[in-house]
Amino acid sequence: MLEIKNLHVSLEEEDKAILKGVDLTVEAGKVHAIMGPNGSGKSTLSYVLSGRDGYVVTDGSVALKGEDLLEMEPEERAAAGLFLAFQYPVEIPGVGNMTFLRTAVNAQRKARGQEEMSATDFLKEIRAKAKELKIDAEMLKRPVNVGFSGGEKKRNEILQMAMLEPAMCILDETDSGLDVDAMKLVADGVNALRSEGRGFLVITHYQRLLNHIKPDVVHIMSDGRIVKSGGPELALEVEENGYADILAEVA
Amino acid sequence: MAHPAQKQDPLEARLAAHAMPEGAAWAREAREDALSRLRAMGGLPGKRDEYWKFTDPTTLNLPEPPRAQCFATDESAPFSEIDRLRIVFVDGVFDAEASDDLALEGVEIERLSDAQARDIHWARDAYGVLETRGQTPVARAHAALNTALAQDGVVIRVTGRPSKPINLTYLHKSEVSDAILHHLVKVEPGAEVTILENGPAAARFSKVMEVEVADDARFHHIRLQGRDHERRAATHMFARLGARSSYKSFTMTVNGVLTRNEQVVEFTGNEAIAHIAGAALGDGKDAPFHHDDTVFVTHDATDCESRQVFKKVVRNGAEGVFQGKILVKKDAQRTDGYQLSQALLLDDNASFQAKPELEIYADDVQCSHGSTTGAIDEEALFYLRSRGVPEDEATDLLVLAFLAEAIDEIEDESLRADILTRLQAWLDRHRG
Ligand SMILES: Nc1ncnc2c1ncn2[C@@H]1O[C@H](COP(=O)(O)OP(=O)(O)O)[C@@H](O)[C@H]1O
Ligand SMILES: [Mg+2]
Repeated sequence: MLEIKNLHVSLEEEDKAILKGVDLTVEAGKVHAIMGPNGSGKSTLSYVLSGRDGYVVTDGSVALKGEDLLEMEPEERAAAGLFLAFQYPVEIPGVGNMTFLRTAVNAQRKARGQEEMSATDFLKEIRAKAKELKIDAEMLKRPVNVGFSGGEKKRNEILQMAMLEPAMCILDETDSGLDVDAMKLVADGVNALRSEGRGFLVITHYQRLLNHIKPDVVHIMSDGRIVKSGGPELALEVEENGYADILAEVA
Repeated sequence: MAHPAQKQDPLEARLAAHAMPEGAAWAREAREDALSRLRAMGGLPGKRDEYWKFTDPTTLNLPEPPRAQCFATDESAPFSEIDRLRIVFVDGVFDAEASDDLALEGVEIERLSDAQARDIHWARDAYGVLETRGQTPVARAHAALNTALAQDGVVIRVTGRPSKPINLTYLHKSEVSDAILHHLVKVEPGAEVTILENGPAAARFSKVMEVEVADDARFHHIRLQGRDHERRAATHMFARLGARSSYKSFTMTVNGVLTRNEQVVEFTGNEAIAHIAGAALGDGKDAPFHHDDTVFVTHDATDCESRQVFKKVVRNGAEGVFQGKILVKKDAQRTDGYQLSQALLLDDNASFQAKPELEIYADDVQCSHGSTTGAIDEEALFYLRSRGVPEDEATDLLVLAFLAEAIDEIEDESLRADILTRLQAWLDRHRG
């Protein structure tokens, strides 16, 4: 599904390398988790994958379903099936949440040569999905993320993911700032989307989210590299001993 | 007759190009009075005039307007979906054929020349009166010139609640037309009216609308200014508001090599409200664009609320200007004044200049103003694109979001929808 090879990334503004050779393959149907200390480059990886400005790929490649991802515009990546649940979802005053999502859904359909979703179908679907995530109808009418609590913003990300039905989902610290109930809701939302054709890359700082979203593979990232990969037990090891031991071991 | 010294003066040159229309003695007097006031204020504004610091008045002063191409369009006429009473002017001349019957319950509408021909008419106590009041503390020479020379216009007295809006449509058919229109609107106590205006009007358009809103009366005004690229306009709204009255004005402007819209609003009765809003979109690609909103609100009564919301979206060298003032006189206690002027610069060539002012003499007031200039929010743009919305479309969404606060000032839902459709169409035509 997603194939990252020897990815090297620097900042555009200053000559500073952030990712220093990331190799990672997420197969369809699998959930991969990336853990790592703050500043290790997890968010940078998610931004580079989704096509944000400000980064320069100095080496390596990324393919999504065999297609060169790095050649595409952000909207093309989305239409190709990539989705990033932001660590810090952006507030957009003046743009209604509903308008935003309908525009996004239909833009992707158009890009894929599919018919647009009718207003009624869209409404029916978004209402049902919002209900599952305990997002009330009022929130759908409000401007995108404006005045949303931290938890509401994260649930809104999952709602977007549910509506857009991407093939490859990247979640960047979707658990941060969530209480136990909210985390459960988010995890349920993600688990509902798990399917054979879909890959997940779950970035998290803590192990607790992984109790709810069971990963197939866990990677540890440090200083711009994946330094260790393993099964779910690796996450438990981090939980118990912190990163220091693992990092010392691979150093 | 004309000796060299006179030839130099732009006012005398301008006056020579227009005859002062005939009328009853009072009308003639009002026009002569405007002329002498105009001379007393030093004639037409010059480039060094402080009030014209950001807008060059030269082409407004010239005896003849620069040529302005007429723009053919197959877009439906604005407001055409709405049941309205249509009053049409072509290059500044009333067109009876194209207009509806002026009879409508709750309102009396007459052509200015008919009213001014009569010895006894309510217009006698209104023509030039609010314009004169609006000349202090800042001179507005082009408004005085308009009062002196106005070639046509309508006088509207609202006594009830007419069942439909009155739509003044200004068609532009001659590339050299120089239109000078003067309208009077008098909304009697408790009455309510909606005035719609649209059209490019002429190569050069001077318009004054004097609006007297009596106690408990309501005045709604929606204006669409477009769309010929080379047209020029200097417009003035002068309003005086009675107790508990309401004045709401929204203007959308697209295109136009030069537009100066002045609004001068004075509260004389307590507990009245005035909301003045504008959205301007300019793209300097096809022709230069310069849009100037100049607003002066005077609070001279207690417990009144004024609100100014002006938004401008400019690119490719387009220029936006905002000059706005809230003057709160000594006894205007519990005034609530708000002023917001913002520009969205879509590229580095576009510009916005703002001069927001507050002058407050009362002690118990709440006044705030803010002015910002910014570019498209890159974070928001990326967020939208990351969800699959193409860059053009995402930019449009953000532009509309930026304008929303001004558009939301339009209370009527169908009018708001109509304006949004037109905005979207403009954005579609001006991609990238
Ligand atoms: N736009 C940027 N400007 C400056 N430094 C950046 C920028 N983006 C990332 N970095 C730096 O890159 C490193 C990795 O950051 P990030 O990817 O956010 O890490 P993580 O998500 O793992 O906490 C940090 O040292 C961070 O300061
Ligand atoms: Mg991060």
